[in-house]
Formats: sequence, structure tokens, C-alpha cells
Amino acid sequence: MSVLIVIEAVEGKLNKGAFEICTYGYKTSKVLGTTCEALIIGDAHNATEVGKYGVANALQIGNISFDSKVFTQIIAKTANDLGADTIIFRHNSTAKNVAGRLAIRMDAGLVSGVKSIPQANGNTLLVDKSVYSGKAIATYEINSPVKVLTVMGNTIQPEIVGEAAIVTLSSTPIPASTTQVIERKTITGIVPLPEAEMVVSAGRGMKGPENWAIIEELASEIGATTACSRPVADAHWRPHHEHVGQTGVAIRPNLYFAIGISGAIQHLAGVNSSKTIVVINKDPEAPFFKAADYGVVGDLFEIVPKLTEAIRRFKQH
Amino acid sequence: MKLLVCISKTPDTTSKISFVNNGTQYNEEGISFIMNPYDEWYALVKAIEIKEKNGGTVTVINVGDASNDIVIRKALAIGADDAIRVDGKPTSAEYVAKQIAHIAKQQAYDIIFTGKETIDYNGSEVGPMVAELLDYDYFAFASDLSIDGSKKTVSREIEGGVEITTSTNPIVVSAAKGLAEQRIPNMQGIMMSKRKPLEIVNPIAVAEKVSVKIHTLPEAKKGVKLVDSNDMDELVRLLHEEAKAL
Ligand SMILES: Cc1cc2nc3c(=O)[nH]c(=O)nc-3n(C[C@H](O)[C@H](O)[C@H](O)COP(=O)(O)OP(=O)(O)OC[C@H]3O[C@@H](n4cnc5c(N)ncnc54)[C@H](O)[C@@H]3O)c2cc1C
Ligand SMILES: Nc1ncnc2c1ncn2[C@@H]1O[C@H](COP(=O)(O)O)[C@@H](O)[C@H]1O
Repeated sequence: MSVLIVIEAVEGKLNKGAFEICTYGYKTSKVLGTTCEALIIGDAHNATEVGKYGVANALQIGNISFDSKVFTQIIAKTANDLGADTIIFRHNSTAKNVAGRLAIRMDAGLVSGVKSIPQANGNTLLVDKSVYSGKAIATYEINSPVKVLTVMGNTIQPEIVGEAAIVTLSSTPIPASTTQVIERKTITGIVPLPEAEMVVSAGRGMKGPENWAIIEELASEIGATTACSRPVADAHWRPHHEHVGQTGVAIRPNLYFAIGISGAIQHLAGVNSSKTIVVINKDPEAPFFKAADYGVVGDLFEIVPKLTEAIRRFKQH
Repeated sequence: MKLLVCISKTPDTTSKISFVNNGTQYNEEGISFIMNPYDEWYALVKAIEIKEKNGGTVTVINVGDASNDIVIRKALAIGADDAIRVDGKPTSAEYVAKQIAHIAKQQAYDIIFTGKETIDYNGSEVGPMVAELLDYDYFAFASDLSIDGSKKTVSREIEGGVEITTSTNPIVVSAAKGLAEQRIPNMQGIMMSKRKPLEIVNPIAVAEKVSVKIHTLPEAKKGVKLVDSNDMDELVRLLHEEAKAL
């Protein structure tokens, strides 16, 4: 009985998202009175660092092309070999393809998208997740011997508790794949929205795509990723992958700027778990102010450049 | 092609929510229910498009009680050929997946569609569970799907982009934006839907591994702090010192 976290290398390294899961796995192992082990998928030059975040043993497999069945079989075999009975993923695209399969294969109870460290209650685990577009929190109980969790990004900050770990190459054979990856198209150089710590998002208040320079300048000043409301993406003012909300990407950054966005419920559904929300809108009655931590009422075309300037001044000190 | 579309019923996003029975149960009183948008707009329409182009049949399946028939009839009005309702209480993704797989096992569907998630509990769990139970390939959050004989080419959303994969096996896909364009049922569709077959079957027993113990409401925001539009230095200070976000 132990905790097994499953993390992946992105562009040759483990990123903060992976270390969040290390810390989450470590804290869960403390709750359960056991150890935390890691399965690292893909080559990562910084793999040994998982030890610093509390992972006792790490197994690594090299780069393998994605196949939900293959990943499921490898993870199930690894968990069985280690005797792991709590398996933890980040709630990312891999988890969305694999966690459900794994739960069936291991006859495990699954809760996806959790946002709290589990509490043990006898042999059962209690975990919280956000439901109904962030309007409620559901506390789930898992009563099966094997449990699978997928954890929302930003649930916990990575915490250093130990030394680098020894990473062993996994000896689990890689099953043959029945699918073939033919192309992978990802944006490079910017943090993808689901992973972003800071997001600058703008809506129809921008009037047109030609005005986006001020948004991009603000974003680049703080190293944020840009996002937009749905009508903006629908009108092709901005690329589809920037669309956040109920029908777009759901995000929960530390800091979310909503600029010229009214704050319709379907928009809020995808962003209201952000830790701090700043709203800039000329309409003091805009519904977004009710969901905001900080607000500025006024014309965004004047305010945004002033804000970028203020941040620049702040960074010089 | 034999196509199966899994459809669920969810409260409209704009619904006010509350809970009854000590917080264990969603209060359905006065709530307007809709077909889960991803099931309706993308999964169902894509299946209909494939049928229109390649021939075949589109069956919709729902696990739930008779109050779901209205949503099932809407799917038939949009263009599905027939429907199956498993007359059980959808208490968990595993329960739903096992009902669907139990039926699908006897039917050899080529493609099974689900939505990327339900908008109430956001699980993304049913699709991969069905795939594992049937030993099908699985693709979550598909934004494109094309078919050439038995070869299916799927684009699925990944962090910051898409990955394009092919499979010649039967597949389960969960539908995301881009897969198809929403269709509004027309009068003829609505009339025809009343005569299309809706089969009601009994559920199989499934031992539950997860259950919701209680629902609580999130802590209310403290209320917005307004900053003078001429004093952005103050906003930066607050974000740095108070929110610790910069
Ligand atoms: C089923 C369904 C799903 C949906 N899913 C999504 C989703 O995923 N994401 C999403 O975003 N929307 C979604 N929507 C649409 C949503 O309901 C809203 O229509 C949309 O979010 C509005 O976008 P907006 O705020 O950019 O535009 P508007 O509502 O037009 O708001 C523009 C805002 O800009 C402000 N403004 C204008 N000029 C200025 C200025 N010079 N300075 C400062 N402020 C200014 C205005 O006061 C206004 O508040 C969905 C709708 C439905 C029905
Ligand atoms: N009760 C149900 N009956 C049929 N299909 C369902 C049901 N619940 C969920 N689904 C399908 O599974 C998808 C994902 O649901 P979930 O795993 O709950 O997020 C939905 O978009 C539906 O396609």
C-alpha cells in the first residue's frame, strides 16, 4: 500500500505542474501513513528533483507516443508491481484519456478534478471537488480498496521537503499500440492556458482585433498567457484556443485579468476558480464585478496602458 | 457505420442551485434541464454528419428515469434514428459506463460518442470507462474526426494544441468544440421524433465505489475592492502586497 503519482515530462523536463502533484502525493501519503512513489513518463533532465518534493522512489519510462490503452496498461502494471493503491494524476489531457480506463482496469473508485488533500476515514477517502460551474463543492467518499484521483492545477504549491531522489528506469514492457500519432501541433514559447499562473483575458469591449496590442503588452510584461471571451473567438478576433469559459478552456490561474468582459455566467464557469480576479470595465454594473477581488471602472483603452506602465515601474524597483 | 451517442441531462448553467436531504441531493425544483451541450452540439451532430456522408445508423442512449425522455426526443428530433433509455439512477460515472457498455457489447458499434464532460459534475469519466469496458481505443476532447474506410483520424485537444492520431479499431471519442456545429431541430424533425423508436431497458446491478457525502457552498467573495482608474500604482501595490499575485 502506497501512493503512486503519474507525471509527465513536457519538452524534456518536469514543470511546476508535475511538482504540484509530487507535493500533493507526498501530503496524501502522510495522511495515509505510507510513502509516495512516482512514475515519470517521458525523458526529463530534472527527474531527480521529484525527491525534493517528497517522492521516495521514482521510476521513469522514456518518451512513448500517446495511446490511452498503452498508458493504462503501463500504469496499472506499475501500480500492481509496487503495491500502490492510491493513484494520482494532474487533471490534464493525459488524465482525461487514461484515469477512467485505469479505474475500470484496477476496479478502483475514481474522482476527477479534486481540489483538496484527501482525508482518511477508516478505509475510505474523502475529497472535495468543485461542481455546478463553481457554484458548489461536493465532498466525495471513495470506499474501494484502490483509488484514483485527478487533481486540479494550482490546488497546492510545490513544497521542498527533502533531497533529490534516485530515478530508476522502469522495466515494465511497453505494450504494442493500435493507434498511430501522426502529428502534434502545439504553441511553443508560451505557457498553455490550463497551466498558466497568470492570464490576461479580453472581451468584446476591445471593439476589434486590431486593438489587441495593449493586451499583449500587458501580458508580456508579467509573463501571462492571453485569453478571450467566446464571442471574440467566434468572430475570429482571436484564435479559438484562447476561448475560456464553459464551452472553452476551464482555467484556474493565480491571477486573472478580465478586460472588457461583462462576466456572463457561462464565462465565469470557466474562470471563477482563479485565485485573484481583476476586472476592468467601463460599466460599474457589469456582473463581473460581483465575482472580482479588484475592480477598475473606466475606459480600458486608457487604463490598460497605464497599468502596464505601473507594472514596469514596479519591476524597476 | 453503427454509431452510438451517449446523452445526458444537466441543469442549465444559469440555474440557481441548492441542495436537499442534508446537502446530499441536488434540489431539482424549478430547475430547467437541458441536454448536456457537448452531447447535443458536437457529439450528436457529428454522428449525424457521419451518417449523412457514409451511411449507417445513429442511436442515442441515456441512463436515467422517464423525466429524461424529453431530452431523448430532442435528440431524435435533431436527427438520431432511434434511442435506448436504461431505466436506472445515474449515481456515478461507473454506473453509467457499465450500463452503456453492457448494451454496446451486443451491438458492435464502430464509434461511440460522448460529450467532453457533463457541465454539472465535469467528470470526463464515462467515455474512457466505456472504452476500457469494451476494449476500444479512446480519444478525449476531440475537435476533429474524419473517416476513410475503417481508418479514423482524430484531432484531440492537448495542453496548448492538438494531437492527431489514427486508429483502425472501433473507438470512443468525447466531443469538444470544433467537432461539429450546433443544429436546431426543425418542425419536420420534431414531428418525426414522436414516431421514432425509444426502447426502455432495465439496468444491471453495479456496486458503487464513490458517492457524494455532502454539497457545500463555496466561501463568498469578500466583495470587490475598487481602485481609482488614475492610480494604477495602487492596483499594482495591492496585487503585490495584499493578493501576493504579482
Ligand atoms: C450555452 C452557452 C455557452 C457559452 N459559453 C461561453 C464561454 O465558454 N465563454 C464565454 O466567454 N462566453 C460564453 N457564452 C457567451 C456568454 O453568455 C456571453 O455572451 C459572453 O461571455 C459575452 O462576451 P463579452 O463579455 O466579451 O461581451 P459583452 O457581453 O458584449 O461585454 C463587453 C463588455 O465590455 C465592456 N466595455 C465595452 N467597452 C469598454 C471600454 N472601452 N472599456 C472598458 N469596458 C468596456 C462593456 O461594459 C461590457 O461589460 C456562452 C453562452 C451560451 C448561451
Ligand atoms: N446518464 C447518462 N446517460 C448517458 N450518457 C451519459 C450519462 N452521463 C454522462 N453521459 C455521457 O458521458 C459524458 C461525460 O460525462 P461525465 O463523465 O459525467 O463528465 C457526457 O457528455 C455524456 O455523453
